[in-house]
Amino acid sequence: MASFQDIIFKLKQYWAERGCIIQEPYDTEVGAGTMCPETFLRVLGPKPYRVAYVQPSRRPADGRYGDNPNRLYKHSQLQVILKPSPDDIIEQYLGSLEAIGIDLRQHDIKFEEDNWEAPTLGAWGIGWQVMLDGLEITQFTYFQQVGGIDLDVVPAEITYGLERLTAFLQVRDSVYDIEWTKDFTYRDVRYLDELQYSVYNFEMADIATLWKLFDLHEGEATRLLKLYDPKSPDKKRFPLLPSYDHVLKCSNLFNTLDARGAISVTERVGVIQRVRKMAVGVAQAWADQQSDVAVAEVAQ
Amino acid sequence: MSLPLLFEIGTEEIPDWMIPNALENLRMLFEKLEVPHDTVTLDATPRRLVLRAEGLPEKQPDREEKVQGPAKSAPPQAVAGFAKKQGISPDDLTTETTAKGEYYVYMKKVPGRLTRDILADGLPHVITQIYFPKTMYWAGKNGPRFIRPIRWLVAMLGEEIVPFELAGVRSGALTAGHRRLGAREIAVTPSDYAQRLRDHYVILSAEERRTKISNELMAVKVKPDNALLETLVYLTEYPTPITGTFDAQFLELPEEVLVTVMRHHQKYFSVEDNEGKLAPQFVAVMNIPSDPEGFVRRGNERVLRARFNDARFFWDSDQKKKLADRVADLANVTFQAKLGSYLEKTERMKTLAAQLGGDADAVRAAELSKADLTTELVKEFTELQGVVGGLYARFQGEPEPVWQSIYDHYKPESMDDAIPRHRTAQIVALADKLDTLRGCFAVGMIPSGSRDPFALRRAAQGVVKIIVEGKLDLDLAPYLDNDALRDFFQDRVRYYFRDVRGFAYDEVNATMAIGWTNLVDLESRLERVQKLRTSPDFEPLAASFKRIRNILNQAKFQGGGTLDESLLEAGPERDLYDEQQRIKGQPIEHAIARVRPKVDLFFDKVLVNAPDARVRQNRLTLLNTLLAEFSTIADFSEIVTPS
Repeated sequence: MASFQDIIFKLKQYWAERGCIIQEPYDTEVGAGTMCPETFLRVLGPKPYRVAYVQPSRRPADGRYGDNPNRLYKHSQLQVILKPSPDDIIEQYLGSLEAIGIDLRQHDIKFEEDNWEAPTLGAWGIGWQVMLDGLEITQFTYFQQVGGIDLDVVPAEITYGLERLTAFLQVRDSVYDIEWTKDFTYRDVRYLDELQYSVYNFEMADIATLWKLFDLHEGEATRLLKLYDPKSPDKKRFPLLPSYDHVLKCSNLFNTLDARGAISVTERVGVIQRVRKMAVGVAQAWADQQSDVAVAEVAQ
Repeated sequence: MSLPLLFEIGTEEIPDWMIPNALENLRMLFEKLEVPHDTVTLDATPRRLVLRAEGLPEKQPDREEKVQGPAKSAPPQAVAGFAKKQGISPDDLTTETTAKGEYYVYMKKVPGRLTRDILADGLPHVITQIYFPKTMYWAGKNGPRFIRPIRWLVAMLGEEIVPFELAGVRSGALTAGHRRLGAREIAVTPSDYAQRLRDHYVILSAEERRTKISNELMAVKVKPDNALLETLVYLTEYPTPITGTFDAQFLELPEEVLVTVMRHHQKYFSVEDNEGKLAPQFVAVMNIPSDPEGFVRRGNERVLRARFNDARFFWDSDQKKKLADRVADLANVTFQAKLGSYLEKTERMKTLAAQLGGDADAVRAAELSKADLTTELVKEFTELQGVVGGLYARFQGEPEPVWQSIYDHYKPESMDDAIPRHRTAQIVALADKLDTLRGCFAVGMIPSGSRDPFALRRAAQGVVKIIVEGKLDLDLAPYLDNDALRDFFQDRVRYYFRDVRGFAYDEVNATMAIGWTNLVDLESRLERVQKLRTSPDFEPLAASFKRIRNILNQAKFQGGGTLDESLLEAGPERDLYDEQQRIKGQPIEHAIARVRPKVDLFFDKVLVNAPDARVRQNRLTLLNTLLAEFSTIADFSEIVTPS
């Protein structure tokens, strides 16, 4: 039986063979693999890119103290970006399922309409949820807009829910029972994360401190963005990547405050707007910065 | 020679619900090419939109086009120049006499275009003009837009390819089979197309897929669900139902929750036992022909188990806080930015429920009606709002009228849906909808065209349906304190009686002309008018009333005066007056047969516009009184009569 990590190895191998850079997870907490700069920023502009990485994705409100067999505070996504999207992208995707041992002649696969939208990122796309024997195993999206910018080149984003996929393959009813390796279960590795983060996010996080952190990160991101000068000859040096880290921090703090019940509905819209403004600001500056870089590269 | 056309747009999976409209669009756009043809057949699966037509000509007929040359009187050089330009000798020109004089003309022979060329030019536009509610681009920012990427195109006229290119895809004679059971490239012709697809596990005809599913469903007793059936027909290329089971212990959860999970989240049919109760079984429809190893069945069973476990988890954790204790939390749930929170809405609904004649149960139900918006179960299954509140209220010991009212208060959700089950629930539903309508109109959120984000049309339609079908003796007028809202409602009332109930539009206009805000009264008047209309006296009388109305209008008659009997002329005028006195206060049904001949005779013999002003005034008064007498149920002059 393929272990959790075997499945990850095989998928990474499969996509590496199709020209993807295999990246490691981003080292700042994110709510989804899409938010990593490897996706959010790299899909902007005309330059082709192919990358795959596993991203632990944190959703504070989904924590269940390790009690619920299917819901996790932190789950693992395998994120694949193919820019531009190849014509046979769906065939390639189906091939990846066969590579991890799913015989699609004996299983039922359906592509059901599911368009993705992330208001905090000014992003949306068209796509499907992929259903395998009634289980949603993948979100498939053709990005159309990111950071409020219509994309020059349409990338395909494939996001595998690794815990679900493994539970399916290992025939486990609870994600905690899946085998991470032959000797260790998912519970052995992750149970404490689920329990302790649930306690923190729902009960113990200090609301005033989180707001203070939010304001600090927002302040730093905003300060930097104001300094970005599209006309500067040195703009390639400008630290947009670090600016974006602060945006990611804000996003996670917002999610934590939300789980903590600290954001009223009236405030909510406003806070989403604040995060969106920063994210869109970084995306636009990045697109500007990269377009000149691209021009320079072509000129060489 | 007549040729068949095969046109297939091969795509990635199109959302099922968009397919039937897209096909109709495809037909319309094809017809616009004005290529003669016999039959047209439309088919679709998630991955292809197909138009097949028979009897296309190989080319358009040749025709002659008249090119006008110089005048007959023009110098020969001009004539020669014209002929040269047309590539002919001046002897080939004929002449024609027009209003402006005589001219040379050249009857140019234009050969008919090849149908293949017309199609090659037209089909790319047909494709890109098909309407979809939401489109995408995939081949770069300036590429075409379509519902999903186009991956292949089949375009054949007879055995020949109709050549064109769209988004880098060249049309050809190769289709694709089932994603996993068929080949990726299959050579086809118009005649073997459907069979070749079948060989590769694609059932082209939606009707055949529908029949296949329906027939194979016979083995178990599923809850009929045509909408779900349609979804599955367009979600599969080779549908096969399979039956799975779930642990009977889940039947402790409310049936509504179980059915919603199966229906909306998993697209399963639910199954009933012999007594019509929910059985611990479900039917899923696969996109492959069989499941010999049971992989698909077991997979679906596990997914459903997980879903049901979730639902149970939410149900249990929601019980930690009663609905009544959740009402205060509604202060944090926005109803609409300008209209405040759901707590404020709840308060308004309580007041409205009492005003509408609701009892203490109705007010209590209004108070608790929105509290389920704070529960985990509703956050997970939003389509169960109201239902979940009702179930929790029952579980938490609220009286039957209260929990049932909460349960039903979003009803009717469509014109086909039932209204809330009893008076109390109807009042609560009305309070909810009227509050939304009045609030939105007050802050200027008025539906226009297809824009109706708060579904106000549906809400108003629901109000009308509840009042009429619930036979609520209620005048809407006091609640329609905004002119725009009043007009909006008037339209909805007209729509309901005309389009939903099928009353004739002039009957609806006639009855509404004398008042429409008491809907039960309006309905009974409409029914009377409808019956009256079958009487042979009705339409002639209505025509006479129209005449009376015109006469009164022309005379600018103000009314008010009393009739002077002494001025009545013996004969038809006196007779009409006497008849009118006799029928006073009697139902119109009894009166019309008697009045009609008198009216006819009156108009035949009596000149209303008498020279003596007093007589004239008296006659107008007589007609006006008669009109008023008959206008208690409708303004009959609104009835359209064949004239």
